[in-house]
Amino acid sequence: MSAPRPPAVGPRHPVVVRLTHWISAIALTVMAASGLRIFNAHPSFGRPGDPPFPLWPFEGTPIPVSFTLGAWLGGARHWHFAMMWLLVANAVVYLAHLARHGRWRTVVPRHGDWRDALAMARFYLRLRHDHPAQGKHNALQKQAYTAMLLCGAVLVLTGLAIWKPVTLGALTALFGGYTWARWWHFAAMLALGVLVTGHVLMVLVVDPYALRAMTTGGYDESRWSPVARNARPFQHWLPRRRPQDGAPTAPAAPLDPPTVVAP
Amino acid sequence: MSGGPLRTLLAREHAAGRVDRRDFLRLSTLLAGGALLAGCNARGPAEVRSLLRAVGRGNERIERWLFDPDRRDDGDPGRRVAGARFPSYFVSRTVPIWDPAMRGEWRLTVDGAVHRPFSLSLAELQRMARIRQRVNHYCVEGWNATAIFTGVPVHALARLAGLRPDAAYVDFRSFDAGYHESWDLDSALHAQTLIVVAKEDRALSPAYGAPARVHAPVKLGYKNTKYLTHVTFGTAPTGGWWSDRGYEWYGGT
Repeated sequence: MSAPRPPAVGPRHPVVVRLTHWISAIALTVMAASGLRIFNAHPSFGRPGDPPFPLWPFEGTPIPVSFTLGAWLGGARHWHFAMMWLLVANAVVYLAHLARHGRWRTVVPRHGDWRDALAMARFYLRLRHDHPAQGKHNALQKQAYTAMLLCGAVLVLTGLAIWKPVTLGALTALFGGYTWARWWHFAAMLALGVLVTGHVLMVLVVDPYALRAMTTGGYDESRWSPVARNARPFQHWLPRRRPQDGAPTAPAAPLDPPTVVAP
Repeated sequence: MSGGPLRTLLAREHAAGRVDRRDFLRLSTLLAGGALLAGCNARGPAEVRSLLRAVGRGNERIERWLFDPDRRDDGDPGRRVAGARFPSYFVSRTVPIWDPAMRGEWRLTVDGAVHRPFSLSLAELQRMARIRQRVNHYCVEGWNATAIFTGVPVHALARLAGLRPDAAYVDFRSFDAGYHESWDLDSALHAQTLIVVAKEDRALSPAYGAPARVHAPVKLGYKNTKYLTHVTFGTAPTGGWWSDRGYEWYGGT
């Protein structure tokens, strides 16, 4: 159990983090939706004349149109090849921010984080009573966020590989050729989609205050942090426990967030 | 999901004091998000489209700067040749076939911004020094396929015709319902850009663009005009069948 930490000075996330976070959210949505429309022009990975592609069970099945952007292949390509610059420029700003003063340490897991991640998992599974002590993010978060950054790196590299398979042929070959580079591009998109979905769900069910912290920066660590609230998934959605059946050591949340979409 | 009526209702509730300011803002954001998602399948508003076009022109500059005439595609050794499963495609209603009874002998004309325009019969074209190459074909749709193409490099035709110094583009025209695509000169003079007369060592069949077609791994499939009749060098880009219909003009790989 962590001791209450001194009140935070300044916003939880600096403005550059908040800005790049939401730009990423928009740019990635546009990239994914237009990418899926591009995929729909040929919703398979197998090459003409080759045996069926082993890693995609839905060969030939297009993505439902409502998940796509661009109306047709050409339109989607224009969106994709325009938004990619915003995404990359945004990533450069964010990575430069992380690189300054070693801020990447708040996101990238350390060597011993596997133990902390296990402790977090045990806490979420109610095998452990107290929220493990943590820095800015808990160990599971750091692993998830780092995995997102890695997915982003794979997406950019495989994207270049299938954009310029001849001019950047060495890069394409690194991913096993055009077909495989296209598959890795798609797989990294799926992986990132899963991570983002998990991220959004965890914000809603564990730490809705993060939504404010990531938008206006406002955050009262001593009252709202998951550590202070000993927050497990869905805890704030459940009726508040009465003292007699409550756990003696868990500090009660001073404020229950009113709705899912807390500011 | 439509934001309009719900938004009006929400505003009325807000004015009546039944919805507080924070709830109003919260719900408005949700409605706006829903409207954004609903708009996702559209091409987007006109301002966005002109912005996309502007970025596309910037992309073209970057792609032309990135282009390297020394980068080749050698068709992934170990990958099998698609052969008859190589997709076939044309824009006419039926397979375009050159009928000598109707149109006379097929000839390939090389003209435009050149000193010595000329035309060749198929036999003359086939007698020129040819290159046989195993290359990938990259379709804009996302598939690629390997083929063995034999043909005359465009740079050989350009040398024969003698390019004028102001020649910077070339238009490949066809007898397939007006299909054509213009290229930047650098890509056209790439060592692997061929006027193809044979696929897998057999004369091109009508499905694959007989009697001659353009093929280069450095351009997306739609830039590679089939059923070729004219190689016209020029001083400005002259669009193309697909480039005029919304695919990017450069289409380089």
